[in-house]
Amino acid sequence: MGNSQAESSMNTSHSSATSLYSTLFSVFRRELRIAFRQQSDMINPILFFLMVVTMMPLGISPQASVLSELAPGLLWVIALLACLLSLDGLFRSDYEDGTLEQCILSTQPLYFIVLAKVVVHWLTTGLPLTLVAPLLGVLLSLPADGFIPLWLSLMLGTATLSFVGAIGAALTVSLRKGGLLLSLIIMPLYVPVLIFGASTVRYAVEGVAYGSTLAVLGGFFALAFVLAPLAIAGALRMSVEE
Amino acid sequence: MVNKSPNYFSKTSLGDAPNNHSLLTFNQVACHRDERVLFSGVNYTINSGDIVQITGANGIGKTTLLRAIIGLLQDYEGDIRWRGQSLDGRAIDKNSDNDIDKDADNYRYDFTSELLFIGHLAGVKQSLTPRENLQFLANLHGTTAYSLGQVDDALAQVGLYGYEDMPGHQLSAGQNRRIALARLYLNQATIWVLDEPYTALDAQAIKKLEALFVTHAEQGGCVVFTSHQAPAIQTLRILSLSDYVDDHKGNLDG
Repeated sequence: MGNSQAESSMNTSHSSATSLYSTLFSVFRRELRIAFRQQSDMINPILFFLMVVTMMPLGISPQASVLSELAPGLLWVIALLACLLSLDGLFRSDYEDGTLEQCILSTQPLYFIVLAKVVVHWLTTGLPLTLVAPLLGVLLSLPADGFIPLWLSLMLGTATLSFVGAIGAALTVSLRKGGLLLSLIIMPLYVPVLIFGASTVRYAVEGVAYGSTLAVLGGFFALAFVLAPLAIAGALRMSVEE
Repeated sequence: MVNKSPNYFSKTSLGDAPNNHSLLTFNQVACHRDERVLFSGVNYTINSGDIVQITGANGIGKTTLLRAIIGLLQDYEGDIRWRGQSLDGRAIDKNSDNDIDKDADNYRYDFTSELLFIGHLAGVKQSLTPRENLQFLANLHGTTAYSLGQVDDALAQVGLYGYEDMPGHQLSAGQNRRIALARLYLNQATIWVLDEPYTALDAQAIKKLEALFVTHAEQGGCVVFTSHQAPAIQTLRILSLSDYVDDHKGNLDG
């Protein structure tokens, strides 16, 4: 559906093709503005990440040998849950104030509007998580070899999580209490990303070549980037057209 | 645009014969919510220059009909046509091949590019200023890029001069409503579909809005809106949905 509209808008005239970018840009700028004005939404996942990681040495064991064993998996699991935490609100406010209706009625393809929204979501949640992750790696005595792979795998991984998670957020946006359902829908889809993300870091720590798992994560990201907006746009139409 | 299969018209008899000026035609339109039929058999033609108020009791389906027009509700019966072209992809699906099915998408696109819809929920973000809100909403359609000066002019028209940079949560409900209505001063759309445009507006603003409706109609556009108030517009046409309710025919109209 979103696809056919994309085609027709590109066929009809050149002027609407040029303004496609201006729409993309204006959605992008607007979402960034909203994110920076509602900073609590942005800070929440990072705070969660920070708190859980600092509690781990207290709860498990402060011994470096124990922690460094667990660090790759722990960091990844907590980052994933922090991403999940931020998803519920992704389309909620747009649904509640009618912005979503206007986006669907736009002559610009919903695909690109959604793409801009999800990219901003990643910039304001996944990217900050990725940036602070090596610091928290120090807290969990992650061996030095693991820092760059952790950073790379989280960069690709959280972006994939944003795109995949947005499908669930779009499907559940019209439900009053969609939070639980959202987690149930999304969790299974997050598992492959978690497996490959955590193995990337573990391989690096063990001194094994980690290029292949990182490449798989890259593949996940490429697929999600191209295909997820189609699914998100379709799900949003369904949610609004009820 | 050429109608590729003219026999669509002869296949079903139209309630009001469409003429050259007819923009929107309803043919035996029925809507239901869950199992309950809200209204059925709506035959109506909206011509260019018409201002149509949809009336009826609460819950009769005014908003549902509006959503069927703009395409946010696919689940209706009957046929809604824009400039003689059916906007319903499904109806065409059954009767013809893929070629024409693709046209239905294009007709929907043509219609959407001529549409301005302001719903119950106006699409105004509380954390943004009126200027940012209006600029986004007006440019979302992407038909024309509006400059900051044009946006400010439109805000001044709805009485928000001096409030351009104030965040939405510091404005009143009526002022937030006016941000959305300021789009009417910017948009080049032919058909305006407005759900309860008078909500939260003061008498002065309502008067100005009605004058704007008349101007738009005189320029060849049309306005379809719902309201429980009685507007002071001389050329107003009323589509009373209670005439199309089966069980209490005429009762709800009072």
